[in-house]
Amino acid sequence: MSAITVKVNGQTHTVDVDPATPLLYVLADELELRGPKFGCGLGQCGACTVIVKGRAVRSCVTTLQSIAGAEITTLEGLAPNGRPHPIQQAFIAEQAAQCGFCVNGIILTAKAFLDEKPTASEPEIVQAMAGVLCRCFTNVRMLRAIQRYRQELR
Amino acid sequence: MTRDASAALKCAGFSRRDFLATSGALSGALIVSFRLRAQGPVKGSPAPDQVDSWIAIAADGSVTAYSGKEELGQGISTAQAQLVAEELCVPLDRVTLIYCDTAMTPDQAHTSGSQSHPANFNHANLAQAAATAREALVRLASARLGVPVDQLIAADGLVAARSDANKKVTYGQLVGGKKFNLSLDRNAKRRPPSEWTVLGKPAPRTDLPDLVTGKFEFVHNVRLPGMLHGRVVRPPSVGATVASVDESSVSDIAGVVKVVVRKNFIGVVAQKQWQAILAAGRLKVAWTPGPALPSHANFYDYLRNLTPTRDTLLANSKDVEERLAPSATPLKATYRYPYQMHGSMGSSCAVADVQGDRATIYSSTQAVWYQKNTAAMVLGLKPENLRVIYRRGSGCYGLNGADTVTYDAALLSQAVGKPVRVQLSRKDEMAWENFGNAYVIDERAAVDARGNIVAWDSESWTPALGNRPGPGTPGNVITGALAAFPAEPFTPRSPAPEPTGFNNGSNAIPSYFAARVDGVTRGTGTIENGRVLVHNVRSSFFTGPLRSPSRLQNTFAHESFMDELASRAKADPLEYRLRHLSHPRLIEVVRAAAKAANWEARPSPQRGISPSGVVSGRGIACVAYEGNNGYSAMVLELEVHRDTGVIAVKRMVVSIDCGPVSNPDGLRNQIEGGALQGMSRALLEEVTWDQQKITSFDWRTYRTLPLGFEVPKIESVLVNRPDEAATGAGETSITLVAAAIGNACFDATGVRLRQVPFTPDRVKAALNA
Repeated sequence: MSAITVKVNGQTHTVDVDPATPLLYVLADELELRGPKFGCGLGQCGACTVIVKGRAVRSCVTTLQSIAGAEITTLEGLAPNGRPHPIQQAFIAEQAAQCGFCVNGIILTAKAFLDEKPTASEPEIVQAMAGVLCRCFTNVRMLRAIQRYRQELR
Repeated sequence: MTRDASAALKCAGFSRRDFLATSGALSGALIVSFRLRAQGPVKGSPAPDQVDSWIAIAADGSVTAYSGKEELGQGISTAQAQLVAEELCVPLDRVTLIYCDTAMTPDQAHTSGSQSHPANFNHANLAQAAATAREALVRLASARLGVPVDQLIAADGLVAARSDANKKVTYGQLVGGKKFNLSLDRNAKRRPPSEWTVLGKPAPRTDLPDLVTGKFEFVHNVRLPGMLHGRVVRPPSVGATVASVDESSVSDIAGVVKVVVRKNFIGVVAQKQWQAILAAGRLKVAWTPGPALPSHANFYDYLRNLTPTRDTLLANSKDVEERLAPSATPLKATYRYPYQMHGSMGSSCAVADVQGDRATIYSSTQAVWYQKNTAAMVLGLKPENLRVIYRRGSGCYGLNGADTVTYDAALLSQAVGKPVRVQLSRKDEMAWENFGNAYVIDERAAVDARGNIVAWDSESWTPALGNRPGPGTPGNVITGALAAFPAEPFTPRSPAPEPTGFNNGSNAIPSYFAARVDGVTRGTGTIENGRVLVHNVRSSFFTGPLRSPSRLQNTFAHESFMDELASRAKADPLEYRLRHLSHPRLIEVVRAAAKAANWEARPSPQRGISPSGVVSGRGIACVAYEGNNGYSAMVLELEVHRDTGVIAVKRMVVSIDCGPVSNPDGLRNQIEGGALQGMSRALLEEVTWDQQKITSFDWRTYRTLPLGFEVPKIESVLVNRPDEAATGAGETSITLVAAAIGNACFDATGVRLRQVPFTPDRVKAALNA
């Protein structure tokens, strides 16, 4: 155990954990954030996704020490003042969820991709979302919500 | 917060402040993800025949409704809030819905099997309570205002005289904070669908704003003061038993609080989740292997030869053998369906706080009341000393790991006397869940000179072990079994007794049957000469209901076989179905889907099929879900890549009749999700194993369709029947997909697929056969 500093959603926290602890457990247990979720612990489903340096990162397979000092954004961080971010608004507008467990990974993966490449074509978006799962299969609405966000970016 | 709700909370050991802690909603009605921090349980659940058990009105006119049907992600909480708002004539955002807390809400058993819509939207339970409450409010207003009841109107949370809008009184003024003290009134009038302003409209989901902004509390997010983290150590193979546990093997891991062993159940408790994970991985356990598993490669042959069997006849006209005599050259086909997983996106999680002889449990179980009983059995406590509070888990689609992980948390909490949170590993979720049933189904039929079916025989074999735990069988899931509770008994029975009633709850009887039982003809079709025989056998793995359990498997066989018969008769598959159907609602959904899909009448397969490249086809399937709990048809268009065996579904047109449509957008969401989940199950999903253990235990070894793929166009056709009873809706579209794909593939290629999943290798093999 050692005291480690993490920057999450614009705030700095010091946590006392094993440096080899995957980031997810720090976010979910130490900081009690509800956005990032444990889906598989293997980096296969995307439920634990956070954004680091503009990229979607799977926090369940990313150790805390490997990311020390970096600014981390979680789903909560997109709506700092309680006002949903445009991509979150797009999901509300399209009624794009069922159980909602995967929403964190879907939104953050799509946001990181489109922020990097706002001109992405529809097939490119589909390709970018091929590594995240929604077991309720809300694909139709979620892909529509992502398209809606892309259009708003332009 | 109503005074009643406050009283209920106080009685349960909460303060009103706790209750309100998370009740912030951004829009629409408030569905409380209620953050109750329990001190102790209360005895029993509110009586279901009392209005006060379902409805409470506060002085400010806000409405709290209590339901025993929970939100799993299917949208039923929004629809229930709409129902209450409609019947009580209040705006939707004035309704708060509280569901599935054994201390606070009426006991409505499970939330499962497409039963919530019929249970709470027909004239009983929640709907009847709300209607009774509205009439009571009008009567109270009549006395208060001195205006006869028939000259009053309820709207927007108040009652006013029709002739003088100034004569009015609000609900809050009438009953605010007081009890109704009324029984549910069977004669209370429901609001006529023609006057609906909230129900039947596409109200947005009340939980969505919190879900997309990370505010929503899943069971995974429950955190209690002093809470520890547990992790279980499951056996390395099916049926393995504990020989010895070396607790010293984890003594050097920081934060480890305790190693817990109970018969074959093993778990570790630690201060932090990562410490528990490390300890569970490193704990040295010597296991005695279980018996060898049946060969996966020859599983379906094994299944049909397995003894003993429990045989059930669901229909028997007693003349099928003679009608299917070889001279009639009957058509025969065998369909095979694998074990499949619920495969929840998030592995299951629960938080238990067992203090002495009392326990409070946060669980995503589909049955909080049964969980209260069975968790008490596991803990050796009195059920009345337990309180089980539902918190949403990851979508379950049936019996996922929610119940078993609840026992895990309870056992570990009891062992350390502190609150313990347990979340399963991906492998523990997938290797030990109660799989959806495998099936092998033999179909035989004979036709007359015009191709009409004159006899149909369906004989199936399906393995089962365990089930939902119900009120008294914790051994139906892995943790209970490891802790030495038996699974529900298997009672062999052969031969099967003659059917004494008509029960098509599993869709084992084809929709085309007119089965005669006790002199009465039942069913949705015209075929009078038929037999349906089911052999239940013992499974090597735990099994349990998975979305459209058995209904999907049976419908795959029946609807594929119907297509084979149509093809042999050189008939259009749509026309051939209509020829053998009698039920007007089923006929109408079939026609509605065909019309919307612009169905071209012709036999399958189509003419002039190219021997190479990409070929396209269309298929149809229909079902009267559970015989009478929802009617649906699907027309599906696809492409088959002959060189790779890849099937690309392009379009699905789905019609549904579930009685009155309570929320059209919610219904469409369910149809779309069901259609794509059905596609994933039809094309990819299969549980696999070797001689000792399950080998499909993550998303690499158990394939599923991801979010990003070329999603087919899905068109939903809602056949609204506001004057019929409400039926199920969430499990209909999924039931049809495997058959519709198989039928469309046959149309495209002339090759019949009879074994799910239709993987590229299997399709290629069939094309080359």
